[in-house]
Amino acid sequence: MREKIGNFWKHLLQQPWGLWGIQARRLVRMEVRRNLFSWRAGWIYFLAFVPTFIVFIHLMVDHHQALFLSDDTNVLAGIVQLYYIRLGIFFGCLGIFSRLIRGEMIERSLHFYLLSPVRREVLLLCKFVAGSISAVLLFGAALLADFALMYAGFGAAGSDYVFNGPGLGQLEAYMAIVVLACLGYGAIFLLLSMIFRNPMPAAMLLLGWEAINPVLPSLLQKLSVASYLRHLMPVSVSAEGIFALLTVQTEPVSGWAAALGLLLLIAVVLCYSCYRMRTLEIRYTTE
Amino acid sequence: MNDQIVFEDVSKFYGEVLGVNRISLAIPPGITTLVGPNGSGKTTLMNLMTGLVQPSSGRISVLGFSPVNSPELFRILGYCTQFDSFPRGITGWQFIFDGLLLHGMSETEALELTFESLQRVQLGDAAGRKIAGYSKGMRQKVRLAQAIAHHPRVLVLDEPLNGLDPMARAESMALFQELGRQGMHLLISSHILDEVDRISDRVVLITGGYLVAEGSIQQVRREVREKPMQVLIRCNQPALLAAKMFSVNHCVEARLHADGKGVFLRTGDIDQFYSMLNGIAAEGLVDIESVAPADDDASAIYQYLIGSDGSAS
Repeated sequence: MREKIGNFWKHLLQQPWGLWGIQARRLVRMEVRRNLFSWRAGWIYFLAFVPTFIVFIHLMVDHHQALFLSDDTNVLAGIVQLYYIRLGIFFGCLGIFSRLIRGEMIERSLHFYLLSPVRREVLLLCKFVAGSISAVLLFGAALLADFALMYAGFGAAGSDYVFNGPGLGQLEAYMAIVVLACLGYGAIFLLLSMIFRNPMPAAMLLLGWEAINPVLPSLLQKLSVASYLRHLMPVSVSAEGIFALLTVQTEPVSGWAAALGLLLLIAVVLCYSCYRMRTLEIRYTTE
Repeated sequence: MNDQIVFEDVSKFYGEVLGVNRISLAIPPGITTLVGPNGSGKTTLMNLMTGLVQPSSGRISVLGFSPVNSPELFRILGYCTQFDSFPRGITGWQFIFDGLLLHGMSETEALELTFESLQRVQLGDAAGRKIAGYSKGMRQKVRLAQAIAHHPRVLVLDEPLNGLDPMARAESMALFQELGRQGMHLLISSHILDEVDRISDRVVLITGGYLVAEGSIQQVRREVREKPMQVLIRCNQPALLAAKMFSVNHCVEARLHADGKGVFLRTGDIDQFYSMLNGIAAEGLVDIESVAPADDDASAIYQYLIGSDGSAS
């Protein structure tokens, strides 16, 4: 057994890690360029910055009194939990990650990558990293702008809340949520786009699954991105009516456990995606 | 065997549809042409040897490398596919440069090779333009440039002359000949035998996913030449011409064209046939408007080689 483990490590060390590193850097750069600087990415910019626009109008039009600071904090938490996680990042990642493999098959250009001297697993992981960077850059920047605009109107009280109060801690938590949401949905949509020619119906099913997830048994709740992210929210949203369903927490879980659980889910999905990538065939006529 | 491309009893089925069936081949260095009508399995064979599809059964080895997820193979292989599509918004220069960067070479080296390959296909001037604005011939050229940019030992070209004007065709043929002389493996597919038989060392004929014939171009051509060939002659007196031509033994069949202004003649000796036709034209008895081979494409060759019932002759 020890010998097998030794051989395994020896085999790992013999791999061309230096070359893979160079290829990965270059692939990620090319893919990020394609993801962010194309007209087709316009609607993802729109998804990311719609709340920013609304918060900006709120800043310009509404009166800001220190009294309402906690209300705006709740509104920001609602924007993150009810808009970004449920809709913005969900559909943004659907757009970005389903283009990475399936989009290139539809455009009949994936073979250029498959004919280059890059291991298919490296190619897939680089595409995932590039998609994640693109999504995090867009939604992270949007959230940062939301946060800044939300408290800018409160003047000294807002500044005090951010720098001397819980503000920065909340921002860190929101950023962690955005990163994990992009990674989680990204991994799932990348896989779905490799399995299905049109990943949209499966994505709609996933959206429904995420919506009803809080009322499912705890074991099934683990098969959801939003359920892990809910446990990381720094401010709990008090929703009413049908929205209450989206904010239910049936089982308290620590932040670290939630983050690790989600990372484990992402790792499993990516491993299966690598397997699919190894056996992927180029048959554009069936697209 | 490590300097050969080897197919061992390779079959590929797309669901229930046959791609190729039980192909066994060993292709040495030089120029080899895959000839067959559309849908015969040429592209499938090329996709199999480049790992874009995987065989249902059998084994493939390209210079000792298995094509399945083999980065080492793609350092020595270039494949110019017939997919006329490119990543969006990319320029010709960027398309080749990006591909070379993935080989792990320095940016300087990639830049040099990019310009070298663009010059080789006479596309240097258009390199900075977006590929979306290229003509079909230019897109074909930039694909070829990308396939040869990293100086591969094996070059696979799927219908590389499609969309090229006569000048560009001649230039491409000259380039293929030069690469072949350098000891490369060139595997070229075409559905027109005459188009590439001038430069090929070897030809592989396939149809319906089956290997029909293979060998040196002379062997296969001889086999075809020994079969009767059909020629369409447009003239003012087709019946008279048919009677004249039938008076010699070389003509074995005559059929009037539906419009009555031409005749299909089948001959067993095409050289004698043309000589005889020149004589008739010189006599002035018949005013000949045009002469064109009616069956010099691959399908006709298949009819000769396989027969109408699809069984090998």
